[in-house]
Amino acid sequence: MSKKEDFVKFDKVDKSYDGKVLVVKDLNLDIEEGEFVTMLGPSGSGKTTCLMMLAGFETPTNGEIYLDKNPISNIPPHKRGIGMVFQNYALFPHMTVFENLAFPLRVRKISKDDIEKKVAKALSMVSLSEFGNRMPGQLSGGQQQRVAVARALVFDPSVVLMDEPLGALDKNLRESMQYEIKHIHESIGVTVVYVTHDQGEALTMSNRIAVFNDGKVQQLSSPDKLYEEPVNSFVAEFIGENNTFAGEISEISNGSCKVKLGYGEIIANPISVRSVGEKTTVSIRPERALINPKDKMDNNQKGKIEEVIYHGDHTRVRLNLLGNSEFILKVPNSSQNLDIKLGNEINIGWNSHDARALDPK
Amino acid sequence: MSSENNKILTTDGIPLEESLKVAEKKNKIKAFLLVAPLLLFLLITYIIPIGGMFSRSIDDKLTTNMLPKTYKAMEKWDGKELPSEEIFEAFYLDYKILVKNKTVGKLQTQLNLEKNGFKSALKKLARKQKKFKVGNYKEQIMSSHKRFENVEYWRAIKRRAPPITYSKYLKAMDMYLDEDNKIVQVEEDRRMHRILWLRTLEIAFFVTLFCFVMAYPIAHLLATIPMKYSNLLLICVLLPFWTSLLVRTASWMILLQQQGLLNDFFVWIGLFTNENRPQMMYNKTGTYVAMTQILLPFMVLPLYSVMKTISPSLMRAGKSLGATPTVAFFKVYFPLTIPGIGAGCLLVFILAIGYYITPELVGGASGKLISNQIAYHMKSSLDWSFASAMGLMLLTGVLAIYWLYNKLVGVDNIKLG
Repeated sequence: MSKKEDFVKFDKVDKSYDGKVLVVKDLNLDIEEGEFVTMLGPSGSGKTTCLMMLAGFETPTNGEIYLDKNPISNIPPHKRGIGMVFQNYALFPHMTVFENLAFPLRVRKISKDDIEKKVAKALSMVSLSEFGNRMPGQLSGGQQQRVAVARALVFDPSVVLMDEPLGALDKNLRESMQYEIKHIHESIGVTVVYVTHDQGEALTMSNRIAVFNDGKVQQLSSPDKLYEEPVNSFVAEFIGENNTFAGEISEISNGSCKVKLGYGEIIANPISVRSVGEKTTVSIRPERALINPKDKMDNNQKGKIEEVIYHGDHTRVRLNLLGNSEFILKVPNSSQNLDIKLGNEINIGWNSHDARALDPK
Repeated sequence: MSSENNKILTTDGIPLEESLKVAEKKNKIKAFLLVAPLLLFLLITYIIPIGGMFSRSIDDKLTTNMLPKTYKAMEKWDGKELPSEEIFEAFYLDYKILVKNKTVGKLQTQLNLEKNGFKSALKKLARKQKKFKVGNYKEQIMSSHKRFENVEYWRAIKRRAPPITYSKYLKAMDMYLDEDNKIVQVEEDRRMHRILWLRTLEIAFFVTLFCFVMAYPIAHLLATIPMKYSNLLLICVLLPFWTSLLVRTASWMILLQQQGLLNDFFVWIGLFTNENRPQMMYNKTGTYVAMTQILLPFMVLPLYSVMKTISPSLMRAGKSLGATPTVAFFKVYFPLTIPGIGAGCLLVFILAIGYYITPELVGGASGKLISNQIAYHMKSSLDWSFASAMGLMLLTGVLAIYWLYNKLVGVDNIKLG
């Protein structure tokens, strides 16, 4: 069975609620069968609206959504066969866990024996086999969440949508649920479209991430590419930590450019700049800048330590470097003897390849 | 873990329970003082009057107090044959005092209620007893009116001996105690109270049903539309609520009467001819229409408050799981509104069962309820003990409905807001 490449397809989708503001602008998105795609973005970026359009609770103002090559705009939600996990779980409070899971099967008029088998299987998948007779109110948040996931999967939908499903859980539980959902996805191979504003969650779970901002997909790529190679300053800023320098291109050649800052000049990797004189924001990941580098690096600067915060496995150091007093360094906790003390001047080096000259903010 | 002889102590060595009691005492007193005014108010305006109603409804001391000697003498009388001279003498002595004090009229009325024709016999006796000679009262009384020769009349007096009676309750059920102390029903054409009770239940039931059918969609709309519209709509629902009950009833009279606006409209659109205007008031129709409108907010508000708490994502979840909107509504939404339905129905039903002013004004003869009958006995016939008895029966009925509801649905499931 070959995987269909554009199993879910958003084709030039626009969405407006009031006829004045576009919440989603010209969205084009292809999702492969069996893929785990996350829509990541700040609140109000249009990601939930996209999910609701796919689920059928909102209609696109323009454009079409295809599911397995069929346009679905005119199909009501209950006929789409798409499972959904809601932000607040949306478990039916007057039904037991078993009845909640049996609900999608009962409305499909599946025989009683099959229902029992399928529900038992789904419950064991989320390791809640003993909880069939409980009411949702008697379960903890994490258990309710697992029930909601099981309910969205029990009727074997081709696509499962998850709308910030872990938002209400505490940090530890959220992390373990991330792995659990990821493992369920891997074992049954269903297509998952996941919405979150938590980048850590997106990086952990997804095959591909679509970063939303202002109604548009800013970048759609795998988690590592997204982190290592952001295509614009929004993505660089939104995913992970980031040191930035605002400046102007003074020299540009193939694969490298010089950026003139307020105080001094650095060498960077031109990503979205073309010509001399353009304004740019240079982005460097904190872990790519090293203190007293042994290897030769093409950027070497001196900075003054302004703050040291101990984090256990690493230490965060805030420097004043080239006029940027928010320059962050992450120093791994090792036996290495580095002279990080408040007020010290230290040497910082990084490769120009890791300093990405992006669009200005 | 601690057993009886191993009590937990505080750090100062005082048993924990005692220490807690002392610490909580101040709060308890404060709490009691806060509710004290209400408690006093309830006691004065609710519990004492109900107690008074109850004692009045069973009170029958009037004749007992007026004929003390007679009843003492009658204690041993079996009621089979005419009483002995001793009883006649006691009755004469009691009666003489009543005539002298000019309170004889009350006794005449009371005994006449017990046995028809007693009043004229007693009136005649009141005149003739002035010339009675000492001794042989039996003969003298019997000769004053021939009804005194009938043992039935003496039994009627004896029946009024106990200071309490439940005859008013029987009367409210169209029953009475006959001469042999048996409960019998009144003649079929005089059973008016039973009709009134049944009509009260019927009207309360249908008003509740109509209110439910109309309030459910309104409440749903209120709970789902955006805030700025829902506030406006809520005010529309509440506006009649803030208007005086009499004003609302009067406006229904203007609308419903035969020369009223609705009838004019029907004639204008040609639904009825001018000569055949339908009677929409002074019958059950009027009572139904006006009471449904007046009680509607009591159904809307509990429903609204419950629907407001139902997350819209539940319906969405239902649909996304494959249920059609209808199925999702009946399997998911409707069961969750049951607490509101229960509260609304209970509220409307209980209010409707005791409704008075609206049926009085628009009900006519066929739209009158038991409460109108109670009011009649309070104001016109002045039979307060009968009114009290019916009022208490109504109260008991309401409590019974509440109890039944608690058994079926559970009061914990009620949500009033």
